[in-house]
Amino acid sequence: MTAFIIRRLMQSIIVVAVMSFLVFGGVNLVGDPVEMMVSEEADQQERERVIRSMGLDKPWYVQYGLFVTKAVQGDLGKSFVYGEEALGIIVQRMPATFELALAALLMAILIGIPLGVFAGLKPEARSSKIILTGSILGFSLPTFWVGLMFIMVFAVMLGWLPSTGRGETVPIFGIGVSFLTADGLAHLILPALNLALYKISLVIRLTRAGTREIVHQDYIKFAWAKGLSIKRVIFVHLMKNILIPVVTVLGLEFGGLIAFSVVTETVFAWPGMGKLIIDSIQGLDRPVIVAYLMIIVLVFVVINLLVDVLYSVLDPRVRVQDVKHE
Amino acid sequence: MNDTGIQTTPGQGTKAASPRQSLILAQETPFRRFRSDFFDSKVATTAAVVLGVIIFIAVFAPLISPTNPYDLATVSIFDSKLPPGSVSLDGVTFWLGTDGAGRDLVSGIFYGLRISLGVGMASGVIAMCIGATIGLAAAYIGGRTDNLIMRIVDIQLSFPAILVALILLALLGKGVDKIIIALVIVQWAYYARTVRGSALVERNKEYIEAATCLALGHKRIIFRHLLPNCLPPLIVVGTIQTAHAISLEATLSFLGVGLPISEPSLGLLIANGFDYMLSGKYWISFFPGIALLITIVTINLVGDQLRDVLNPRLQR
Repeated sequence: MTAFIIRRLMQSIIVVAVMSFLVFGGVNLVGDPVEMMVSEEADQQERERVIRSMGLDKPWYVQYGLFVTKAVQGDLGKSFVYGEEALGIIVQRMPATFELALAALLMAILIGIPLGVFAGLKPEARSSKIILTGSILGFSLPTFWVGLMFIMVFAVMLGWLPSTGRGETVPIFGIGVSFLTADGLAHLILPALNLALYKISLVIRLTRAGTREIVHQDYIKFAWAKGLSIKRVIFVHLMKNILIPVVTVLGLEFGGLIAFSVVTETVFAWPGMGKLIIDSIQGLDRPVIVAYLMIIVLVFVVINLLVDVLYSVLDPRVRVQDVKHE
Repeated sequence: MNDTGIQTTPGQGTKAASPRQSLILAQETPFRRFRSDFFDSKVATTAAVVLGVIIFIAVFAPLISPTNPYDLATVSIFDSKLPPGSVSLDGVTFWLGTDGAGRDLVSGIFYGLRISLGVGMASGVIAMCIGATIGLAAAYIGGRTDNLIMRIVDIQLSFPAILVALILLALLGKGVDKIIIALVIVQWAYYARTVRGSALVERNKEYIEAATCLALGHKRIIFRHLLPNCLPPLIVVGTIQTAHAISLEATLSFLGVGLPISEPSLGLLIANGFDYMLSGKYWISFFPGIALLITIVTINLVGDQLRDVLNPRLQR
């Protein structure tokens, strides 16, 4: 187990190192940073001053070294637009994104698992077929377009729910959250459902497939034969065995939720990291772009690491396989 | 394609066999079996037909659209934001309405399909070529090379496609070439993994051994012997990945990091409509979205059916 974790940890560190190199290379070598920094009317002297102040006259490996040293200390430069530390701006926006992603994850579990189990237990029922068709649609619908349609129907036509922003927030441990106020909750529903739609479909499919496989196992037949209640069979015997793949996939998909929040946040003007990166790309705010990319890589590496470890705890076969593989 | 005289298609008219008999007598070739299996499902047949129509529209958009939406001489700002079914000042009917600049939406969608499908398919084909070559190489060479390539594939696939594409486009900027590059980089890993999986199985079969014994070149063995036998899964992944690519391009263009305004794909049309949505002018975003949805769903349905038909384990 320890060896497994250490190996995964090493791999993660390599990924972060490679990505830092790619991001640095992409931003500083492919594009011309001077072009972005200096106005077109600047004379040669001004250009050289900027080049020197940014350390661009040094060889690339020295520049990269500087970039890494500063990045490790949390200094990824100041935003051109906001004039504050890029890292600070992103960290400020993070809770909004995580709140949205967690709300979507919760919806995926609470809606997806019951529907999936039902469709798996009664595969021939008409409602099961509707659930399945719905999940296929959920896979195919482009998230951003569904978001627009949500706004169209629920905000513009019916006027039930607000379509932009976070609404009223309440600070918990100094972090503002929306879900504790009625206004915030109303603002949260549409974006979270929009973000969750794809995951709900995924959970339905996974749970249904798992259920259909497991109901034919001997221990389930035995549980029925013993005369256990439906509740006990489903929640104790069935659920336990379905949950392994569902937990893994949901863990992996949590990263996907954060990635896709870029789309949802743009549609619903949700003030999170995703909206920030789109604004920054359009405003050519280079330090914020770099900081976002580094943070998102870090977040993903941590999520992947946690899922791998969690998976190997839940399912010992994974560990054995990995050792055998070598 | 038939070898013997009896099996003729009805049109060729052998006197002895009536059309019906000749159909029964027709020898079962892999292609025929594939065809009849594929069109067995009504859903898949419908999807294939609809997809055919969509591709036809995309290819011949300039010939069949009612107006040229990007010819400034014919577009009038007085026609802007008309609801579906309105008639313009010069008597043209806008069946799906007009967008903010007075362009006919039907025509806009036809041209948009052209760009969306073009980008999706181009990136799909390039990614397939690159991914398949890398996957085949990994399976054929094996050992450390295989290990290294598959690690890279695993790591890349652990990041969501949209994120990788967004990072790349943030660094590269807008443009048709750039979004194709981004989509290729996002997709190659799926092809590489698929091909490697089936190539590993095929590599240990006797015909490869025979080819090796004949001292054929590596290139020849890989592309003439190994590749054709790995094609079925590749085709399936190719269809589904193309649908993904189209959806991804639309999303990125909507976010304003994909295609430039000069290449109005479906995603950009939808993004344009977003500005008018809050004033209740739903059609500018709604109809391009429906076109996008139909495209993606039909490609996925065709892909699903291909997977069922081409999967030897499900063969009836």
